[in-house]
Amino acid sequence: MSIPLRILYCNCSYANVVPKATKEAVLRALTESGMPFDAVPDLCEMSAQRDPSLHDLAGENVKIVACYPRAVKWLFHAVGAKLGDGAEVINMRTDSPDSILPKLLPEVPA
Amino acid sequence: MSATLPIPLVDAKPKAPRFRVAVYEGAGAEPLSSEVRTELVCALIAKGFSTSVVRPNGAVSPTNTGTLVVLGQFAEAKPERAEDGDAVVHFREIRNRPTAEVVALAEGIRAELNLPKPGGWKPWFPVIDYDRCTNCMQCLSFCLFDVYGIDADKKIQVQNNNKCKTDCPACSRVCPEVAILFPKYKHGPINGDVVSTDDIRRENMKIDISALLGGDIYEALRDRSAKFKSRFNKERDADKALEERTKCLVKLGEKLDIPPEVFASLPSMDQIRTKATEAAAKAQAALDMQDRK
Repeated sequence: MSIPLRILYCNCSYANVVPKATKEAVLRALTESGMPFDAVPDLCEMSAQRDPSLHDLAGENVKIVACYPRAVKWLFHAVGAKLGDGAEVINMRTDSPDSILPKLLPEVPA
Repeated sequence: MSATLPIPLVDAKPKAPRFRVAVYEGAGAEPLSSEVRTELVCALIAKGFSTSVVRPNGAVSPTNTGTLVVLGQFAEAKPERAEDGDAVVHFREIRNRPTAEVVALAEGIRAELNLPKPGGWKPWFPVIDYDRCTNCMQCLSFCLFDVYGIDADKKIQVQNNNKCKTDCPACSRVCPEVAILFPKYKHGPINGDVVSTDDIRRENMKIDISALLGGDIYEALRDRSAKFKSRFNKERDADKALEERTKCLVKLGEKLDIPPEVFASLPSMDQIRTKATEAAAKAQAALDMQDRK
């Protein structure tokens, strides 16, 4: 049985390192898409607090829209949660909504 | 990921309990309009709630334990509180309720459970990239705030991330492998960006740290056969050396992007000496253990 794809959005709420316009555009597109998804205020805070929810949010077939993949991977590892090989991290610090959304939402043309 | 990765630090009693809000539009509930959903999800995130949008056409992460607040326009009346295995589920009807009122429902449950409001601090702490870390212990020896420690297998780990000084990335600059990340930092590779060969070769990183510490610790840590020595005990006049290094710290602070607050909160010279000796002993013990393996 295949593992269903999940989407996880991180709002990076507690620092100004991800462009606000990018976060807003991606979150709005996700909510308007009608796709199910998980959203968290800040993965760094969850990792710092050793929030066990990170174990639920990790997984094999998950697309994480957050920041640098290396940072996301080790933030999860810091609480003992492992991202599977099939996990994909999309970087809102460097990529524009125009390049992010086609990777997240199948109906958005690249 | 290799099989030799250290076991991450996970407290027996986790610091944060599982708490999540679900905007529920699955079976037994009417879908929300796009506008209402967007406004509600944005408002929940702004208030620090982990939020799942549950729709019939896909999956979200499971919630098997903890507290789940389910907000929806339910076809049938739901109990305010129900138990589902190890999870406690609070249902709240949101039909015809303005967004602020719906968010207040979730806030009320969070308050009832005495859960801390998120966002009280900028989550600033080091994250170790174990694909790069060589367990050299330089970070442990360098940090004066007891952020680092070693696990039962003598592997370096972040043990007290709440002791880390906000906006200070200094330990990441000590790391010769660029294995320490601060995800909220402005620049790469410390922020998690890909590490280039130029980053590793960057000589000024070594020069800065060497100058910062008087040139002894770097060499000592790299030369295990010489055994570890305190970062200060090579000096003939330790007090003078420490004074010189304090001056050096201020100058280098600007260069290394270390906030002045960090220097203001540095321990006294005696405390620094003690901490350095303790850290050196811990690091050496860990290195000796590695050598014996």
